[in-house]
Amino acid sequence: MSGVIQGATGPWEMVIGLEVHAQVSSDSKLFSGAATAFGAAPNTQVSLVDAAMPGMLPVINKVCVEQAVRTGLGLKAKINLHSVFDRKNYFYPDLPQGYQISQYLQPVVGAGTLVLDMEDGSSRAIGITRLHLEQDAGKSVHDMHPDRTYVDLNRSGVALMEIVSEPDLRSPEEAGAYLRKMRSILRYLGTCDGNMEEGSMRADVNVSVRRPGDDYGTRCEIKNVNSVRFVQQAIEVEAQRQVDILEDGGEILQETRLFDSRKNETRSMRSKEEAHDYRYFPDPDLLPLEFEQAWVDEIAASLPELPDDRKARFIDELGLSPYDAGVLVAEKEVADYFETAASGRDPKVAANWITGDLFGALNKAGLEVANSPVAATDLGALIDLIADDTISGRIAKDVFEDMFKSGRAPGEIVEEKGLRQVTDSGAIEAIVDSVLGANQDKVEEYRGGKEKLLGFFVGQVMKQSQGKANPKIVNDLLKQKLGQPEA
Amino acid sequence: MSSGLTDLTLAEARDKLRAREISVQELTEAHLNAIESAKALNAFVVETADRAHADAAQSDSRLAKGEGGLLEGIPVAIKDLFCTEGIASTAGSHILNGFRPTYESTVSANMWREGAVMLGKTNMDEFAMGSSNETSHYGPVRNPWRADGDNRDLVPGGSSGGSAAAVAASLCLGATGTDTGGSIRQPAAFTGTVGLKPTYGRCSRWGIVAFASSLDQAGPMTRTVRDSAIMLRAMAGHDQKDSTSVDVAVPDYEAALDRSVKGLRIGVPAEYRIDGTPAEIAALWDQGIAWLKDAGAEIVEVSLPHTKYALPAYYIVAPAEASSNLARYDGVRYGFREDRDDLTEMYEATRAAGFGAEVKRRVLIGTYVLSAGYYDAYYLQAQKVRTLIADDFKKTWDRVDALLTPTTPESAFGIGEKSDDPVAMYLNDILTVPANMAGLPALSVPAGLSARGLPLGLQVVGRAFDEETVLQVGASLERAAGFDHRPMPWWRDQA
Amino acid sequence: MAAELSGILTWIEQLGEVDTEGVAPMTSVVGHALHHREDKVTDGDRRDDVLANAPETTDGYFVVPKVVE
Repeated sequence: MSGVIQGATGPWEMVIGLEVHAQVSSDSKLFSGAATAFGAAPNTQVSLVDAAMPGMLPVINKVCVEQAVRTGLGLKAKINLHSVFDRKNYFYPDLPQGYQISQYLQPVVGAGTLVLDMEDGSSRAIGITRLHLEQDAGKSVHDMHPDRTYVDLNRSGVALMEIVSEPDLRSPEEAGAYLRKMRSILRYLGTCDGNMEEGSMRADVNVSVRRPGDDYGTRCEIKNVNSVRFVQQAIEVEAQRQVDILEDGGEILQETRLFDSRKNETRSMRSKEEAHDYRYFPDPDLLPLEFEQAWVDEIAASLPELPDDRKARFIDELGLSPYDAGVLVAEKEVADYFETAASGRDPKVAANWITGDLFGALNKAGLEVANSPVAATDLGALIDLIADDTISGRIAKDVFEDMFKSGRAPGEIVEEKGLRQVTDSGAIEAIVDSVLGANQDKVEEYRGGKEKLLGFFVGQVMKQSQGKANPKIVNDLLKQKLGQPEA
Repeated sequence: MSSGLTDLTLAEARDKLRAREISVQELTEAHLNAIESAKALNAFVVETADRAHADAAQSDSRLAKGEGGLLEGIPVAIKDLFCTEGIASTAGSHILNGFRPTYESTVSANMWREGAVMLGKTNMDEFAMGSSNETSHYGPVRNPWRADGDNRDLVPGGSSGGSAAAVAASLCLGATGTDTGGSIRQPAAFTGTVGLKPTYGRCSRWGIVAFASSLDQAGPMTRTVRDSAIMLRAMAGHDQKDSTSVDVAVPDYEAALDRSVKGLRIGVPAEYRIDGTPAEIAALWDQGIAWLKDAGAEIVEVSLPHTKYALPAYYIVAPAEASSNLARYDGVRYGFREDRDDLTEMYEATRAAGFGAEVKRRVLIGTYVLSAGYYDAYYLQAQKVRTLIADDFKKTWDRVDALLTPTTPESAFGIGEKSDDPVAMYLNDILTVPANMAGLPALSVPAGLSARGLPLGLQVVGRAFDEETVLQVGASLERAAGFDHRPMPWWRDQA
Repeated sequence: MAAELSGILTWIEQLGEVDTEGVAPMTSVVGHALHHREDKVTDGDRRDDVLANAPETTDGYFVVPKVVE
């Protein structure tokens, strides 16, 4: 997914900016006391304020402001101690007031940075222009009736953070990395659950193309794309559409478009948000939003360790590779799990178990780390059992499988199934002698030069010991008894 | 006997009720009868007789136990701009046809909590936009006053024309109004009643249909200054549901009334002398100055240099806020809907049929002054001028404690007389608007009659949250003026 | 209507005469700080009230005509 399109007349570079709408994690809405939980029956989480009944007035939820400040700090952005709520005026049935309370000229958060973690291990800093608070709209359902639209205002008034990036992204890959990183940071901070399927995080994608080195071209905005994959696809098809027009000698019309994932194309939006002029003015039902630097400092002091800092620590202090560190910090739950499992053990071993066996099992079962049947402490205990030679690495895989199915601790499983590794050289020697004795022909072949047969002998010994013989001891004893194969 | 009961002031009725000389039931009945006989005024859009009787019964039983709130047993009328639970609330508009709120405005809820009895909802200019109560969807209100020897119908002023007429015709002991540019004070002046616009933020706006959010303020309309003080105390107070409501304690305003004005400094702003206003307005103003001087106040000439820009600035800010506040009237969730097969057509048809001409004018102006390219020159400029107007007042408070001006540039005019010229109609507010723009408390007190026998009012403006001084000065003027004129009841039993 | 609007706009244009250099636009008449709410669910769960005055509803939804493309 490169950011360069080779046109007939030469290369075109993609220029991408993302506007992420992130629903604030809060119990109640931005300006009303109704609940914000997803999935309620229509219009059951709607107050009179949300329904814009005559005479209703907004009152701000201080936690929503705190979440916005927290997010701004997580994006290393400037926090504005004075900001203003403006009305953005347009008509649509899911916008009951006929205006959205938003922030226009004076947002609560200013310029910041987000660092992209690319697949090849490199990093790139992307500029954040601003973050502001605004009300979400309700939902219009168009497919329940042939000529009527049904309106549910449950979502109307939920707090959104609109986070705007500079047009610094240059490829669908970067756009994907940006969204994944943004989601990760929001989840670390606990300010948004980043759930794109449920709509708590959505992206508007601004796409334009230009000849490398030229000024920015005309951009189009693709609205409300609700998955990382669709964002990437939308960028690809939109950039191509623009290149095709330009190469034909045409001009790009600045407009708002929608991404149709079934047809894999973008198409122009009509009416709805084509209001060319929102007639922004400060909301006279509210006063300017003001708070003290001391309050901002308190919030800053309470921030958790963020992904970039945690990744650096995993590399510097725990010796993980940048790749592994990056994988482990992407989700806070995974990073927390890792640190618990790795505590007092070899971090690299823990990292491998998590990114390999655990992730594999979780994916297959359709689970997240948060509901992993294997607790982090138990995984740690399993690693201990290998480290102190109680069980072999081979047996540990079987124990892990059982742990995943049953949720039981490793020690319990090992005892119950009698999986303790046999390290008693005498006992192993007896099995080795037995195997060699039963396979004299192969012994001769081995001594005659067929080195590969060592594997066969190892296999036989392991089989006879039900896999419990310590592999190293088996190997050493076999080599000792077989002697050097004659060259 | 019933006419005697409706001649009482609110304060007198309160005292007689407490002394159990009269019952709430008979007081209420007297007023309901008066309303019945006054249909010609068209002051009420909803009469709530059953509710009134129920309120009265509860009130009588409280009083019998020696209990009762600040307005216990007092029959009042509520301007139809206030949402009243279960009772039609239309803001004088067709677009709220059939709307029955499931909630009560904070101000009216405060009054019911204090024991007031509800008589009904009063007529008003549509969405509070007007100075004559001629833009109501429910027909104009007629002023109980008529000029000497003339039986032409006159306007009661607006937008709280129904409330003003109801108070003047003794159909209630008090009524609520709202004042955005003069909509309590100007109708009070036209009907010979007392109208008070409190400081912005003194009364809650929650549950009052919003016209211009930064200017709207609820207030009492009564026959005396004492009544106004009593009613304000019941209406006012901080409301957490209104972010523009101010958390300042509500004093006992009545206690301030008997204070002497001796030593108070009263400012007379030069810019309120408007060219072309009738000489009798200036004469009344001079008379008011003399009254206060006689009572021991010090008169100070002051200047509020930006006064003349208050009205044009108001007609930018108010329509701008209104254009946004009225966007919710779209036929989707309540009120009138003109159904169509297409959503956009439904919006357009609903609003075209649902709004009257004045509302449409103001929404269009409001939309225009907020639009890109015009915002700076109009809206932003108007808000800057507003700061200058507010600063003019702030500077005078160093030198004076209150200001005295006329309330209106003329007395009540004929219904239909100014309908053709919106700007001529707007000029009615020229003396009242500055107090709204600065958010200051202002009171109109009936001070005399014009040459043609129509009431004229004087206005007192005070410092923010100093309604006590404003009422105190108003009471002094009231004593001196001795305005005991009443309109001839031409309206009785004439539908 | 157009003539009336034109008249009104001409009249309000006199505001351009005022020198507002360096003057801050009024942001609020009251001088206090913006009042906050706690983040608690204190409202909603009143669908009947919310739908009580609606011209058209079905299954708990508000109903409007579709936008005809």
